[in-house]
Amino acid sequence: MKRRDFLKTVTGVAAGALVPAPAIFSSAKADARSETLLIVSEGGPNNLDIHGIGTNVPGYEVSWNCYDRLITHEMKSGPGGVPYYDRDKFKGELADDMKIDDMSVTFKLKKNAKFHDGAPVTSKDVKWSLDRAVSVGGFPTFQMSAGSLTKPEQFVIVDDSTLRVDFAKKDRLTVPDLAVIVPCIVNSELVKKNASEKDPWGLEYTKQQTAGSGAYKLTKWTAGTEVIMERNDDWVGGPLPKIKRVIWRMVPQAGNRRALLERGDADISYELPFKDFQELKAAGKLNIVSLPFSNGIQYIGMNVTKPPFDNPKVREAMAYAIPYQKIMDVVLFGLANPMFGASADKPTEVAWPQPTKYSTDMAKAKALLAEAGYANGFETTISFDLNFAGVNEPLCVLVQESLGQIGIKTTINKIPGANWRTELNKKEMPLYTNVFSGWLDYPEYFFYWCYHGNNSVFNTMSYKSPEMDKLIDGARNAASTGDKATYDTDVKGFVDLAFKDIPRIPLYQPFVNVAMQKNISGYQYWFHRRLDYRALVKA
Amino acid sequence: MLTMIGKRLMFAIPSLIGVVIVTFLLTRALPGDPAAYFAGPAATKEAVEQIRKKLGLDKPLIEQFFRYTNDLAHGDFGNSLTTGQPVAAEIRNRLPASAELTLLGLVVSIVIAIPLGVLAATRPGSWIDHLCRITTTAGVSLPVFFTGLVLVYVFYFRLGWSPAPLGRLDVFYSAPTTITGFYLIDTLIARDFEAFRSAISQLILPATTLAIFSLAPIARMTRASMLAVLASDFVRTARASGLSPGTVIVTYAFRNAMLPVITTLSMVFSFLLGANVLVEKVFAWPGIGSYAVEALISSDFAPVQGFVLTMAVMYVLLNLVIDILYGVIDPRVRLEG
Repeated sequence: MKRRDFLKTVTGVAAGALVPAPAIFSSAKADARSETLLIVSEGGPNNLDIHGIGTNVPGYEVSWNCYDRLITHEMKSGPGGVPYYDRDKFKGELADDMKIDDMSVTFKLKKNAKFHDGAPVTSKDVKWSLDRAVSVGGFPTFQMSAGSLTKPEQFVIVDDSTLRVDFAKKDRLTVPDLAVIVPCIVNSELVKKNASEKDPWGLEYTKQQTAGSGAYKLTKWTAGTEVIMERNDDWVGGPLPKIKRVIWRMVPQAGNRRALLERGDADISYELPFKDFQELKAAGKLNIVSLPFSNGIQYIGMNVTKPPFDNPKVREAMAYAIPYQKIMDVVLFGLANPMFGASADKPTEVAWPQPTKYSTDMAKAKALLAEAGYANGFETTISFDLNFAGVNEPLCVLVQESLGQIGIKTTINKIPGANWRTELNKKEMPLYTNVFSGWLDYPEYFFYWCYHGNNSVFNTMSYKSPEMDKLIDGARNAASTGDKATYDTDVKGFVDLAFKDIPRIPLYQPFVNVAMQKNISGYQYWFHRRLDYRALVKA
Repeated sequence: MLTMIGKRLMFAIPSLIGVVIVTFLLTRALPGDPAAYFAGPAATKEAVEQIRKKLGLDKPLIEQFFRYTNDLAHGDFGNSLTTGQPVAAEIRNRLPASAELTLLGLVVSIVIAIPLGVLAATRPGSWIDHLCRITTTAGVSLPVFFTGLVLVYVFYFRLGWSPAPLGRLDVFYSAPTTITGFYLIDTLIARDFEAFRSAISQLILPATTLAIFSLAPIARMTRASMLAVLASDFVRTARASGLSPGTVIVTYAFRNAMLPVITTLSMVFSFLLGANVLVEKVFAWPGIGSYAVEALISSDFAPVQGFVLTMAVMYVLLNLVIDILYGVIDPRVRLEG
């Protein structure tokens, strides 16, 4: 008898508890909801410190919001009226004042700047942080060198609140390089306390904790599940943000992210498939922002050291055989800027990216191929990065189909994301698709990494042309001395040469797509394309 | 009893050693260079080599293996490269999440499948027998992520009955202090009833998905086993003696039919524990399956090895428990074995 009664009560209790919590929140929770931002994305950070080994792109978002830099960019009005970072105008974040001299730039720090633990920000911290950036190796050091910031000797403490950065050589990219995510200012005393002999820069400590002075500080990080950040009410780098708490949850399923947005349970998401973005845009219940990647292009690359791609006529034939418009429609649903099909009489501009004059012309492709001596076509493989299979796979299938029409038999080679960098470094793949975009939005920056004979990892085509090098070097020198005439000629020159030799075929300028609830405003486009929580407002 | 346990554990050790060696070699044989992956998008060859040295991947394979086994002996499963956390800590945090989900799914499955199997066995050829066959076949033939997505679509997106598939708890509740790691138990211990409600409502859909998938083996095995027992002599005697049908089925037939069902249960449990990766992906569940898969995709060796080892150890322990349970249920096994 007793057992039966017990079972009955347990079932009763369980049935009662199975009724899910009602959607009516208590008043306390209702307040919390309006001051908290819930972001959902597919992947999260693997390291909270951009100076760490192998920090992934989501980690950059935490660094951007929880750390300050000396300077940052002003905002201007971008496409569609969306606030866009102004590449040429800077303002102080931790620095009150910036004085640029001939071969140096001096920063005066804000007097009341404090780290999250209350310690004041001094020029000692700034020097330690910049030294760290140029010394740890890997991606951060590489990025600093893009602006000719390479040696700790370049960072000089003038006094407690003044720091001078000496130029190694005249380079127009030095000051902009100080506004990117990498030269963030770290709480040197706190990190040094947690460093060790094996780990002098304290990278193990900053991997799990933030030690900055930024607008947000880390409350909790569960790798692969969520990141929770809270506003730093003593922030001096800019106007106090409106959002008090940011919860960033990792939701692997794209369909679920869309469901969460449509039901209003999540505030912001990006990384949804293009088809979903189009449908959400059409439905009109959410705020969809679509903006082009600054200085970014998805392209088809050909290794110019591997026949038949060493023959410029073959490359030209390939450029006419790509099904450009089909890719725009079927793969991207129109969410990109075409980088092809410019009219034949359009003058070359001093800008990047800009479209080529190629368009799909199978007859011309066949003729060029015959001229090159491959009237019967040839066989090759096209490779792509599986990490972006959503775009890359249909793109490669369309290219394969189109190339088949002129006799080029292509096999598709899918490369897992973990191997993609290795394969690109090897420079063995004859044909592949890839995307590159630079944080510093200058044509000579893009060309220096992608077309210069110094054969950097981004010159995936192994392209070497003395004429090209002369034009790129000329443009960089002209930029540093302010010689506009030479700069313009050289930029137009290298763009024309890139399109004539066509070692890489530009396809389109990708878009960054963000979906937000209607009551979220203040989204800003930054060169790193991640979210800046400091300007967001939830009505 | 203790000698039996001791002997079983001793026999398990060679298989565990084999598992360690095989996973080590397999993960190293995977194509994919973690050094290049972690050096990041802008790395030069020198930067990649720098990372490779830092990660200790440039040493010969034998030396890497001995370092690994030495660490294992000290309970150090290594560090995950993707999340940067020690693997042992992560597995310890994530295992209860998967275990809670799998156990609940199994319980729901048992509650439906065993009665269904018993009923189908006692009324062979009737509509309930056909219902059993159809439901179980449908449940096992639909891919588990498909079932999960359909449930999310119907019950969350359309009807709004289920809460958002955002993991184990609603975003605004904080997790209870970890005692067992099972939220259902810990929230009750901490007397946090709102969190208990949230935890159980978040569990319903994923547990149902798993249950639908595992109905088939349990129901069919129960039915087959019951059919065999119901045809035996002692059941005929019991019926002839005038015992009520209920007593015959539950007290006499079912207890004798349980042995194969228990075996099936243990197999289903260990299968579900590893295979609930897809459910974890669909419901954003912070479990051990999705952890291992993400590590595998980024050629991150340590978590994969840790996961395989943990699963192997759990399987050994589970088999041990099942063997002991056999002895409890059927004394003949204990005496003859």
